[in-house]
Amino acid sequence: MTADLKTGGPGAPAPRVTRPTPKASKRAHRRWDLTGILFLLPYLLLLLVFGLGPAGYSVFQSFVDERGGTGDVGFGNYAHVFADFRFWPAVGNVALYLGIWLPIMVFGVLVLALMLHDRASRFSGAMRLVFFLPGAVTGSASVLLWYCMLEPSLSPFGAGLRAMGFTSGNDVFANDNLVVVFAVIAFVTGAGQWIVIMYGALQNIPDELLEAAQLDGAGPLRTALLIKLPLVTKYVLYMVILSLANGLQLFVEPQLIYGITRSAGSPWWSLNQFGYALAFQTGDFGSAAVISMLLLVLCAGAGIVLIRRTDFLSTEAAR
Amino acid sequence: MSMNAAVGAGRWTPLRVVKGLVLLGFAVYCLVPLAWLLLAPTKTDAQLVGGNPLAFGSFDQVLLAWRHLVDYNDGVLFDWIWNSVVYAGGSLLLSVGSSVMAGYALAVSRIPGRRALLVLTLVAMMVPPTALVLPLFLEINAVGLTNTALSVVLPASFYPFGVYLAFIYFSTSLPRELLEAGRLDGLSEFGLFRHLALPLAKPLMGLLAFFSFVANWNNYFLPYVMLSEESMYNLPVGLGAVISGTPALNPANGGSFLPITRPEVALAGLLVVAPIVVVFVVCQRYLVRGILAGSAKG
Repeated sequence: MTADLKTGGPGAPAPRVTRPTPKASKRAHRRWDLTGILFLLPYLLLLLVFGLGPAGYSVFQSFVDERGGTGDVGFGNYAHVFADFRFWPAVGNVALYLGIWLPIMVFGVLVLALMLHDRASRFSGAMRLVFFLPGAVTGSASVLLWYCMLEPSLSPFGAGLRAMGFTSGNDVFANDNLVVVFAVIAFVTGAGQWIVIMYGALQNIPDELLEAAQLDGAGPLRTALLIKLPLVTKYVLYMVILSLANGLQLFVEPQLIYGITRSAGSPWWSLNQFGYALAFQTGDFGSAAVISMLLLVLCAGAGIVLIRRTDFLSTEAAR
Repeated sequence: MSMNAAVGAGRWTPLRVVKGLVLLGFAVYCLVPLAWLLLAPTKTDAQLVGGNPLAFGSFDQVLLAWRHLVDYNDGVLFDWIWNSVVYAGGSLLLSVGSSVMAGYALAVSRIPGRRALLVLTLVAMMVPPTALVLPLFLEINAVGLTNTALSVVLPASFYPFGVYLAFIYFSTSLPRELLEAGRLDGLSEFGLFRHLALPLAKPLMGLLAFFSFVANWNNYFLPYVMLSEESMYNLPVGLGAVISGTPALNPANGGSFLPITRPEVALAGLLVVAPIVVVFVVCQRYLVRGILAGSAKG
């Protein structure tokens, strides 16, 4: 209390001077800070040069109109991009792709994770590994693999494809089917990792809770739907937002499928493809920056929603 | 056998039968494509089209496909393999090193602007690296580093996800008392990290190395944009160039004098995938535990 009076009013910060060994502890803290900053330095540098740098650069570039050689500052690039005949179809394609893929993903991952969690067994463990494996095949390898899986003349699923009315690769890789094709590929590739994460989240549900439900007469189905499901919604949100951010970036699948078929899709089928085409085919980096900005704002916005809606920084509160 | 053991443990109810069928059905859906990829290089192109998709051909055919693949552009395949190792290895070291150090500092030391940095890291974590590739190209181009290993390794070393995970790990699993005790024993601040934090962080580093390796081994868009010379490609970009640059997968697009057909392409795909599958199988148990630990604490 006396210290309080000495250092100022009641609102003053708790004075450190009253601690038994004031000077020693203060010096320790200061030296500590320096080491901490040194430890942070490599990451800070990377964050600055490869995170904030390019993000800031795209903001700048997107407002500088260099197509006329004048370097006007304004919304010229934005107007140019929004008026481009390729832009809205690309937005539509990506939106439709997300609209199909995300619900399949949420439903599929939850159903499979709940089924696996119903009863712990070696079967369940083996299945988790099996579901995880397709995640090893991503990018260009996944395009190669799934092109062959969806080509009826090559595929082990050929009979099924033919039964569904697809007799040749051209039937499958028709423009109208592309969003579904990409959604199927993305689901098989990505589901396993989320199943493992969701399973981990289910493992965190206290046993007493599940035993209590059992005593109350809840069967496996009701336990799954009424008790387990509500407890993992945080992870569902996490999955949806991260998948959304990743799905927006769709590039390699449409790029290579077009490269292989020369008929399905186009070099500007997705937003990232369109940005790439603007930058490297027309050399219009200002307009490409508009696409980068768009993707960046959407992803960062989704990220901020996630941080505010969940307890991502909860360890902070607990400290 | 394990399945019988599991099922035998209880009664057969309709629900459990449905459950088993769904799980097994999805397992088939996951495994059959991988099996196909593994078998495809053992067959000729004609066998792939006409024969049983899951039949085994011969080892001689694998050897033949390998020779064709090696002949492709004077052995550029070896460049791709080497590049993949260098790019993935380099970014692994830099990303894991920088994120373990940063996560430790954020968790235990007092740094101005610490909370803002954490929020920024979280936002950066949500932004997929591909979103920044085009402006990154301009930046790298401005310093004249395009088409070099650094243009791929350095941007891929920025690893906010790793920083966040390391931060969670150190703030929950590293008791403050331990650090205090170390300090009393006369350890320097660096000594605390070296002798107390690092030994505790082995599972964390394994997890970070796993995620970093998988992401960077498979990286496509960044090297695709940065690298203009074929001999600088990594395996995924090289594979992409082969499947979209030759009519191998789609012979209807016109014949080719190259002996690169579907078995060769499948073998190249296998080269891309094999290390990841091995890492998956080896790490799966630890991984589940690691993610579990992460989610229990996060």
